[in-house]
Amino acid sequence: MKPVRIATAKPAPAGVVKKMTPSASSPPGTFENIGRGAAAAVEQAGALLSFIGENAFASAKSLAQPSRIRWRAILYNIRSAGFDALPIVGLLSFLLGIVVAYQGADQLRQYGANIFVADLVGLSMLREFAPLITAIIIAGRSGSAYAAQIGTMAVTEEIDAMRTLGIAPLEMLVLPKIIALIIALPLLTVFADGMGVLGGMIMARTQLGVGYGEFLDRLSKAVSITSYLVGVGKAPVFAAIIAVVGCFQGFRTQGGADSVGRQTTRSVVQSIFLVIVADALFSIAFSVLDL
Amino acid sequence: MTGPTEAPQAVQTVIEMSKVCTRFGEHIVHSGIDLDVHQAEVFAVIGGSGSGKSTLLREMILLQQPNSGSIRVFGVDLKNLPDEAALALRKRWGVMFQHGGLFSSLTVLENVGLPLREHTNLSDHLIDETAAAKLALVDLLPEVGAQYPAELSGGMMKRASLARALVLDPELLFLDEPTAGLDPASATGVDELILKLRDRSGLTIVMITHDLDLLWRVADRVAVLADGKVQGTGSMLELARMEQSAIRSFFDGPRARAAQQQHSAPNKHKINKEPSSKPKSTIH
Repeated sequence: MKPVRIATAKPAPAGVVKKMTPSASSPPGTFENIGRGAAAAVEQAGALLSFIGENAFASAKSLAQPSRIRWRAILYNIRSAGFDALPIVGLLSFLLGIVVAYQGADQLRQYGANIFVADLVGLSMLREFAPLITAIIIAGRSGSAYAAQIGTMAVTEEIDAMRTLGIAPLEMLVLPKIIALIIALPLLTVFADGMGVLGGMIMARTQLGVGYGEFLDRLSKAVSITSYLVGVGKAPVFAAIIAVVGCFQGFRTQGGADSVGRQTTRSVVQSIFLVIVADALFSIAFSVLDL
Repeated sequence: MTGPTEAPQAVQTVIEMSKVCTRFGEHIVHSGIDLDVHQAEVFAVIGGSGSGKSTLLREMILLQQPNSGSIRVFGVDLKNLPDEAALALRKRWGVMFQHGGLFSSLTVLENVGLPLREHTNLSDHLIDETAAAKLALVDLLPEVGAQYPAELSGGMMKRASLARALVLDPELLFLDEPTAGLDPASATGVDELILKLRDRSGLTIVMITHDLDLLWRVADRVAVLADGKVQGTGSMLELARMEQSAIRSFFDGPRARAAQQQHSAPNKHKINKEPSSKPKSTIH
């Protein structure tokens, strides 16, 4: 009986003061705290699910009427979340490639299996590290920005104004971000793959004396196209998680500036958490499928 | 609870609220609100902090639904409204938010033109021209159009927000605390602007305010909200004669008396010429 358009954007209830001063004067016990925490977590999970549902509904409507899709906002978001993130993603995955090769070098040298550094770097970067590090950087960089932007707009009545002007906030603010990130994150992952392998390749040559030619030759035999696609294929899912969680936490902002900060922190923590959980689930699924 | 008004019998009702109840959890905000807003009048809702006037406004503009009761705007029931009907209604009213609600990523001119860009197929040139005309209507200089909302003063922000609310030429205008947070001179400016708008034919204005000067100068009818109910409705003069304590509290402070004395001169609010430099007084 409360058809507020976005289930998460609740007006700050004036009676909230009551909750803060419990009727019993004694401080809440441990069990009460655990219970409240559990209830809040369940409530939040439910709200997240309904937010996902509303977004699915809105995107279905947009797909039926492609003229409603805001291409300018999508392109803008691809640039700010994707293109502008190239330097940091490139640098970090390059360093990650170096670290992986460096750690492996000692062990491989003991067995005289120097050439297998290509297997090590190729498989670990392409399957796991590149998608994961890219998603984590983007969660910290763009997910937080989404939460802060939407949260600030909620505080300054911009979201309300948008609704009263007959513009659906989901179509204007959320869908372009989700679509943009689903496009940008796989591309960033491919870039991170390349930079990671480059880092490993340089380390292989300086530490193990494996030349670039040999390395690439071995790499093409060691890494199947499936492994590559498995890594890149995870990126759109991570992208959806990051964008949805960031926007969701933004819409939950109520009150003032400190709330914006809190929701932003929450969006980063939750999206990184969910990305890693999703990655673990992918690993299980792929091993069951023998990929 | 409607007080006697000297308005003719066959007035058209724009907003009709009956038995509206709203709760936030345990906290009861409205327990049966009945209100009628007539066409082409300036209707004000007043009440102390926490009396639920902002919630009432949010319910009128489809940002929130009451727990029970019905709200009809232009004869359309706001409950379970399909998206298309809601959009059609939203195009017929404009809202000026307390803090402006301007989009900080757009310039003032883009903000004002946004509703046209969204809902019409006009050319960019024509949209900019219309937006500039609305800026002129609210007495903002053309240069302001190129500025971003963060660069504006409080008074300019409210004017820009008003220009945006007016850009689709609405029949109904909602003002949320139009003078709150403004210095006396800017507040007087806003008073005059509202008077100017009221004189445009047919525009109905609903506002929420604490500002007694504004009430005495521009409001045709005022509803006093307290304890979740409408305590009384009528012109300021009628309310000033009522006995309920919730209403008396608005008229019995020293600030209230000063405002009343200034405005209860015989030619009350039918003329546009008013002394322009006077202190503003508000109820807190």
